[in-house]
Amino acid sequence: MCTTCGCGGTETHINGQAMHEHVGQDGRVYRHVHAHPHDHDHDYLHDHGHPHSGIGAVHSHVGRVTQSRMVRIEQDILAKNNAHAGKNREFFKERGILALNLVSSPGSGKTALLVRTIAALDGQPVAVIEGDQQTSNDAERIRASGAPAIQINTGKGCHLDAQMVEQALPQLAPVHNSLLFIENVGNLVCPAAFDLGEAAHVAILSVTGGEDEPLKYPDMFRAARLMLLNKCDLLPYLQFNVEQTIENAHRVNPAIEVIQISVASGAGMQDWLAWLQREQEAMAASQGRPVTA
Amino acid sequence: MHEMSLAEEVLRIIEDAASDQGFRRVRTVILEIGKLAAVEPEAMRFCFDAVVSGTLAEGAALEIEETAGEGWCAQCMATVAMHEELGACPRCGGYRVQVTGGTGMRVKELEVEQE
Repeated sequence: MCTTCGCGGTETHINGQAMHEHVGQDGRVYRHVHAHPHDHDHDYLHDHGHPHSGIGAVHSHVGRVTQSRMVRIEQDILAKNNAHAGKNREFFKERGILALNLVSSPGSGKTALLVRTIAALDGQPVAVIEGDQQTSNDAERIRASGAPAIQINTGKGCHLDAQMVEQALPQLAPVHNSLLFIENVGNLVCPAAFDLGEAAHVAILSVTGGEDEPLKYPDMFRAARLMLLNKCDLLPYLQFNVEQTIENAHRVNPAIEVIQISVASGAGMQDWLAWLQREQEAMAASQGRPVTA
Repeated sequence: MHEMSLAEEVLRIIEDAASDQGFRRVRTVILEIGKLAAVEPEAMRFCFDAVVSGTLAEGAALEIEETAGEGWCAQCMATVAMHEELGACPRCGGYRVQVTGGTGMRVKELEVEQE
């Protein structure tokens, strides 16, 4: 169990299909999708008797003294996730896709932001990967707005990982030169550690939350390139210090950009759309190709 | 940050190494964790013990070596030591410090039983 947020285990579903995880005879963990449930057990016997060749001079049979040796590993703990993220990044690069990882606490307005953004993009190709522990409500809201969406249910897991995204991509099949929004599980802690292959993280903070959210969850705001301060239409009714919040975000991440926005009223939407446009142009320029309108 | 997932990855790395190098029992696992990696050593130990139970690393000692934190101070235009995540620059006292080192997490070495 995750000691920070209480999640644990892997019961991932992609558009309702279970992802199955097991340890093979070779000791590796295999994770794949099954269209239908099945039963089989993975018990296998371990033989702990060790062969004696008679060559080891130090080997004593008097006591139960076992020699030990050191094995150098020098491997990054997140290496496996990072390898999958690298494959995703390659997938996006080959197709000129700008992938953004949207992170926030629950209820900050991520899905509403996407629905409004899709409408405002007016036919520009965009696709969405939705991450939630349960339900496909968010993907359905996105599909109703006209964009293709795929739902990943992480079960007990509290974040998306790169392999889940990798497995969702062939089904979603985002088109060339499109925008891909990955709406992560509403959680400001764990998603910061797991690279999905995105071009940038966008953190969404609602003014109904606290000014100190960036200080409380520094990893997330450090990982983000942009902070969207959402629900700004509610500011007249709240005691929320915008300047203090921006200062806190800059203390954690001096380079973070900030856009004040209200998905409900539409204020700031133009700035957000302009930011998306700039990011697409910057990515196209870095890959040496023209951006398509 | 997410010690359970990290502990599961540590076990996977150990199991991969076991099948590559042919050992069956692990006595000690040495991790190298950056001071600014947002990993709680105590949470890591708790999760590690839970994850390795019933595996070749059951009961193994977990040693955590901490690597120093490092940041770039935009005011001093210099690399400075950082001891806490949101710490001030030790030179100028300012907070315009971008973390540049001490966020890594690695499995460094294993002590395994000789066959």
